[in-house]
Amino acid sequence: MTSKLRFLPALLAGAIMALSCGSTGSVVRAAVKKEKDRRPAPNFTLKDSMGRPVKLSDYKGKVVLLNFWATWCGPCKIEIPWFIEFEKTYKDKGFAVLGVSMDDEGWDVVKPYVEKTKINYRMVIGDDMTAELYGGVDSLPTSFMLDREGRIAATHVGLVSKSAYQNDINTLFGASAAAAPAAGGAVQVAGAGQR
Amino acid sequence: MPARLKAGSTGEVPVTFRLANGYHTNSSKPADEYLIPLKLTWDAPAIAPLEVAAIDYPAGKMEKYEFSDKPLSVYSGEFVVTTRFKMPATAPKGARTLTGKLRYQACTHTTCYPPKNLAVSVNIAIAPAQ
Repeated sequence: MTSKLRFLPALLAGAIMALSCGSTGSVVRAAVKKEKDRRPAPNFTLKDSMGRPVKLSDYKGKVVLLNFWATWCGPCKIEIPWFIEFEKTYKDKGFAVLGVSMDDEGWDVVKPYVEKTKINYRMVIGDDMTAELYGGVDSLPTSFMLDREGRIAATHVGLVSKSAYQNDINTLFGASAAAAPAAGGAVQVAGAGQR
Repeated sequence: MPARLKAGSTGEVPVTFRLANGYHTNSSKPADEYLIPLKLTWDAPAIAPLEVAAIDYPAGKMEKYEFSDKPLSVYSGEFVVTTRFKMPATAPKGARTLTGKLRYQACTHTTCYPPKNLAVSVNIAIAPAQ
């Protein structure tokens, strides 16, 4: 016998999205900060898929795109091909992308995704302590653009446009270094004059 | 007023969840292998001697988002998850609180939030078998 109950606990209404506090989820486009307003990016040491330690401080001297993401995050996956392109185009010019996956399952899920997507930049598995250093990273994607001195020059929360990152890179490199790729011909410019 | 279930029978307990405007969660059957399904679980010691016979999730709505090549199976707004509990005839009559958790992972059209567990607490009253 089945008794049909009409029970709708009001206490749950609205509770599910308590996590939405503090973020509207809207696109945040941050300009590169003036040098005097930049603060040092907190250092951390995390491991790559081979178990090798990766220190953020080792990247000093490079412009770094530090990207917090996860395999379960749809908007994160839109950005990844852009980052692959940026890494390819600017790697030899003093630029690096560093991906920090926030997947609880770690390399079990991240490694196959990295291989499938052919991610060409360094990847580490993040933890709560690292996220805390960067303000908690309450939502993904969250990315930080670091200048050559290891300072946070720009922060992007949520999916932003490719051009927003491109503008950051241009600004941090100086207009002359990145002007041509910004026009959309990144691959061609990268190979120019080398043959 | 607590819901009433009858000892020696199977009773349904629908629980309504509501998301704020602009948010969605993956359904119980997401359309992508990497996405985290919504799942309701009950705390077995806290519900004993009741047993979960089945949990019925609503069908997800297939929605297309800018960040995905294909439509995703999601819940938004209000949705109901119904649990069918099996109650032995010997179940002690009286008031009970059933506890559990809803695991979900929510996003907007530009941002995703880490998986969360929402505490679920339901008051019921068990009536004697007839």
